[in-house]
Amino acid sequence: MATARRFPARTVLLTATAWALAALFLLPYLEMVVTAGRPADQLRDDAYLPTHFDWSSFTEVWTDTTLGQNLQVTLLVAAGSTVLVLLVALPAAYYTARVRFRGRKAFLLLVLVTQMFQPTALQLGLYREFYTLGLLDTVWVLVFANAAFNLAFAIWILSAYIGSIPVELEEAARIDGTGRIGALFRVTLPLALPGVVTAVIFTFIAAWNEFVMGLTLTTSPDRQPLTVGINNMIGAYSVQWNYVFAASIVAIVPVVVLFAVIERHVVSGLTAGSVK
Amino acid sequence: MSNRTTTVRAGRRARPVRRRPLWQRLGPLPWLAPAVLLILAVVVWPAAEMVRTSLRRIDTSGTDHGPAGLVKYHKLFDDPRLPAVLTWTAVWTVVVVGLTMLVSLAMAQLFNQDFPGRKVTRWALIAPWAASVLMTAIGFRWMLDQVSGVLNRLLLDLGLIDHARAFTGDAGHAKPWLVFVAVFVSLPFTTYTLLAGLQTVPAEVYEAANVDGASRWQTYRKVTLPLLRPAFLVALVVNLINVFNSFPVIWGMTQGGPNADTATTTVFMYMLRGYDVAESAAMSVVNFAVVIVMVLLFLKVSRWNEEEN
Repeated sequence: MATARRFPARTVLLTATAWALAALFLLPYLEMVVTAGRPADQLRDDAYLPTHFDWSSFTEVWTDTTLGQNLQVTLLVAAGSTVLVLLVALPAAYYTARVRFRGRKAFLLLVLVTQMFQPTALQLGLYREFYTLGLLDTVWVLVFANAAFNLAFAIWILSAYIGSIPVELEEAARIDGTGRIGALFRVTLPLALPGVVTAVIFTFIAAWNEFVMGLTLTTSPDRQPLTVGINNMIGAYSVQWNYVFAASIVAIVPVVVLFAVIERHVVSGLTAGSVK
Repeated sequence: MSNRTTTVRAGRRARPVRRRPLWQRLGPLPWLAPAVLLILAVVVWPAAEMVRTSLRRIDTSGTDHGPAGLVKYHKLFDDPRLPAVLTWTAVWTVVVVGLTMLVSLAMAQLFNQDFPGRKVTRWALIAPWAASVLMTAIGFRWMLDQVSGVLNRLLLDLGLIDHARAFTGDAGHAKPWLVFVAVFVSLPFTTYTLLAGLQTVPAEVYEAANVDGASRWQTYRKVTLPLLRPAFLVALVVNLINVFNSFPVIWGMTQGGPNADTATTTVFMYMLRGYDVAESAAMSVVNFAVVIVMVLLFLKVSRWNEEEN
């Protein structure tokens, strides 16, 4: 049949297309690396590559900009909101996974809806609320706001994992004399660990990348997160693009690595609300 | 804990057939209250505050000068920039989501095939997904730079343009690129969701179609697409919401400018905040109404209606 002849050609075409697409998706990030490595006097050249690479932007950007402070804010916000999400989502996920109670559906619906209401749509209300509370320009406001908008993902994924663990295991531990909380921590949580890891990493990445709330709720350059700090660099009168992209790479590499770890679970968490 | 009235009541209402008598005696309150409180404080309160602010007179320093009725809504609807902003928001959402869904269908089909390097090439998609959208947008803004942008250089070398363009300088040139970047950052999530959907299609279905002599295209249209429908609809609505609310793509590339020529409603409300908080709130409320319509749409296409009988 004709397919026998056509098959290799088709495979070659598929492979070439896929590899070309992969290259296209990496191109902007490779160009960031190239730009960060351009010597300062070749930044405005239109040649594809500089004559030589100068990586000093990666050290100078720490002293010449507020990158250090911005990174510190982002680390605090990402870590803080991740801890808060876990503290709040774990009990809720556990209870909704184990117990059919009145109002369960209403609660899950509320959680789902918060996943749809994005901070961008609520930025003005958030700004007015925290202005009234006198919390603008603090790390706290970003911790709480990031935790709230990532709560849904954590509850979905944790609830799904806990629900898949047989309740008999917990009961067996309780018969053996372990308390309820003890059973939760010694039996259920270790088994739900992949879910916990996914929730932790996803929240951390989302808070790390968050831009709109940082832009709206903080004003002092040294109290703003990384994304806003980098945005400020291009607002400057003359933009030092090698610094912009050295900082961008510092911001991008950790989350790409973390994301690769949880990639398999992310789709189910993001679309879980629809099949739960 | 078990002698609290709320706890006991909720326990009695729980379904009796479950084999977990201990948990039934625990009320939901202590477990769910932290989550509900956080949602009330950071999601519900701002939504209410937004509506309230839109009905007040508030100066740029934030001081409240009393009720304003619907004055700010009139001011917003009289704003000469508003029609263009609304039109562009609609075009933006439809075009970006439409292109994303179409290209993702093709990409999911491609990455579902067996070919050398499938795993590695799939991993390349992770970068735009994981990286902050703002930074990807700034990266494209730099690549489109008139003097030293690599895309200008490339298009010149390919003979597609005869002189370097200021691609982000005016709305006509900027809009197609804004759409391109928004599609670029939306493709990974959408492709992965459709890939997950494709994997739920059982191999026997394809075999049956093959036995019946269906062509490749017929099989795709009559077998794959209908089975992909749930994943497609979920991805569609998630994208609608994301793209409609997208801020960093436009902010990173043009900041909504020049003037408000490339601003969608979310960018426009941020621009308005600088000189009239209440008018910005009115814009936010209008914007939020659209979001609510989309959420209702999501609940309709998702399986929420079927869960409880």
